[in-house]
Amino acid sequence: MSSTPTVVGSREEPRGAAGTRPAVPHGRRRRRTLNPSQWTALGFAAPLLTYLVVFYAYPLWRNIDLSLHDYTIRAFVQGDAEFVGLENYAEVFSSSTFTTALVNTALFTIGSIVFQFAIGLALAVFFRSSFRLSNVLRALFLVPWLLPLIVSASTWAWMLNSDNGIVNSVIQAFGGEQINWLTSPDTALLSVTIANIWLGIPFNLVILYSGLQNIPGEVYEASSLDGAGPWRQFWSITFPLLRPVSAITILLGLIYTLKVVDVIWVMTTGGPGDASTTLAIWSYREAFGTGMPSFSPAAAVGNLLIVIALVFGFLHLQLQRRQEAS
Amino acid sequence: MIPTRRTRTTLAATTALAVVGVLAACSSDDGGGGTGESTGEAAGGTYTWWDPYPQHEGSSDWESRVQQCGEDAGVTIERTAYDTTALTNQALLAAQEGTSPDVILLDNPAVSTLAETGMLTTVDEFGLDTSAIDANLLDAGVLEGDAYGIPIGANTLSLYYNAEILDEAGVDPASITDWDSLTAALAQVDDAGHRGITFAGIGTEEGSFQFLPWFWGAGADLSQLDSPEAVEALELWTGWLDEGYAPNSVINNSQNTVWEEFLTGDFAFAENGTWQVNSAAEAEFETGIVQLPGKDGGVAPAPTGGEFIVVPVQSDTARYDVTRQIVECMTTPEGFVETANTFAYYIPPTAEGQEQLLAESAGDADLEPWVEAVQNAKGRTSDNLGTDYPKISEALWTAVQNALSGAATPTEALETAQADAEAARS
Repeated sequence: MSSTPTVVGSREEPRGAAGTRPAVPHGRRRRRTLNPSQWTALGFAAPLLTYLVVFYAYPLWRNIDLSLHDYTIRAFVQGDAEFVGLENYAEVFSSSTFTTALVNTALFTIGSIVFQFAIGLALAVFFRSSFRLSNVLRALFLVPWLLPLIVSASTWAWMLNSDNGIVNSVIQAFGGEQINWLTSPDTALLSVTIANIWLGIPFNLVILYSGLQNIPGEVYEASSLDGAGPWRQFWSITFPLLRPVSAITILLGLIYTLKVVDVIWVMTTGGPGDASTTLAIWSYREAFGTGMPSFSPAAAVGNLLIVIALVFGFLHLQLQRRQEAS
Repeated sequence: MIPTRRTRTTLAATTALAVVGVLAACSSDDGGGGTGESTGEAAGGTYTWWDPYPQHEGSSDWESRVQQCGEDAGVTIERTAYDTTALTNQALLAAQEGTSPDVILLDNPAVSTLAETGMLTTVDEFGLDTSAIDANLLDAGVLEGDAYGIPIGANTLSLYYNAEILDEAGVDPASITDWDSLTAALAQVDDAGHRGITFAGIGTEEGSFQFLPWFWGAGADLSQLDSPEAVEALELWTGWLDEGYAPNSVINNSQNTVWEEFLTGDFAFAENGTWQVNSAAEAEFETGIVQLPGKDGGVAPAPTGGEFIVVPVQSDTARYDVTRQIVECMTTPEGFVETANTFAYYIPPTAEGQEQLLAESAGDADLEPWVEAVQNAKGRTSDNLGTDYPKISEALWTAVQNALSGAATPTEALETAQADAEAARS
């Protein structure tokens, strides 16, 4: 969509610049001939533009607006919120939950991404050589993706239950001690991260697998003629050639993981205490988790998440540009 | 450059026009669903009604009960059911858009929250008489001296027990009158090889709801979360966990999970509400209830549950006449009893209604202890806490979680909670 106006603009600029002196007749003719097509272009772009403004620009603006005002529930209904500038952000930064949530977000995101990517890549390489039932098996690996999140999160919560969970009963059968997976402050974050890794593997598998399909088989043939073993092939061919796909997989995974609410909320509601509270959970809890919605701090935390995701997005673009240049 | 700028201007203008068009379409749609319908239909017409009972569908007894009230007032009622939490958010959004429904049945701690926004009419403005309503129940809907709604019924918490386990362990339920005798009973049950008690310590409002009977039963006050009494109450819970009388999973238990655990037949006791009476009767073992004991005996005040009927402010005040008739239909003594019968075991909030319910269900011994429990119950937002309650409650359930999980001692956890609550209230 954004291409339409830019194309129109860039086509005109050189003409306008070149044609300043003999301009008048040219200009008139140009107006007569170009206007209808401009209007048509606009007409086609308008629905999309409207859509973008209503569903993207406005909510984003509204979120910033919420975070810069003091929206108590009274102000929310009456529409007379006081402008407080960056006070909500100051409150968020000075809150005792902030450090916990930031550290938890980092651990949760990095832990999830590293393992999702590693396991997803391993499986993708494994499934590259087709063998009997490989398609069926690959389809089975997609199950976590197909299940509604509430189902998989509840199932994980049951499996990790301290007293009746299957995981603990296996550990105890082998003589281990009961681990309070979801109810101990030491393991709660680990437990939700494990569940999230399991949920994210199919996504990584699918994208990386399709990336592998684009690496021509001749490269592998040639390398095996040169005597490269599977390990060498992976590090010298698969991994470097897969780099662009890997980068986008990790970036998308990062953005998905940063904003995960449902899995953690269903399994621990961010608890015990704040032990598994991430920034996204904190934002959700402020807005909807208590009897008294505080939309403004919630929006401030939400905006913080958007900024973090944007930073990594730009980082990705930068890397890509450098890669193309070299 | 001129043409470019022109393009941009037309672009912007077209976009703006299109947006306005879309928004206008949206808002006129909204108007049709909300208050706009009254015009041209002075008598009759449609009145909107929201409640938090999605489990009661269009063909349910509850739906026909609501419709009957509409028919009596000569109008049709359009009923929409939301999940409890969603209802509060929907109500806030509707109030912001000026499309509030005519009547909302609202969970009682949310009443003062919505009243604070100025979107609810007071009961006095509406000319309704609330003198017959039990003060402890009505209190939950009072903000700065004004009542903003009428309870249509009440429920509360009690201690369910598994009679078979108690028999086996040799525990007489009647002997449980204070904390010491309860803990002694738990020890006896534990010795007999059964699980002691289960309750909900989840990090949501339900966690606070379940902790409050012990908190209040120790004599603690919500405005002072770190009082010695409060610490004693929390130590009672952590003590049960340390002794193994309660499973570690209570930290993540919702009230539903508690009930599921109790129904497995493994647990001697479970803290749960009036709404499980029917399910308890159908359990595979014999059940009973004892009142939640106070620390040194007596019945501990449990928090009141249940919905209030509230009337949002309308721009078209002519609608209030019919709305009043609908509200009255729900709040006469007969109305209360009918509601109580429609929902199994929803205790009427007036003495007259309670008597009538007990008389009607004579011989049904199950009900009496619940009426007693409701009479002893206490609103969470009472004590003039009002809209401060949700903030205090958040601090309280966090403290409970931190203490139960061993992240902090009960004293430390409650000191942090008091500091957080004070910061949030200021």
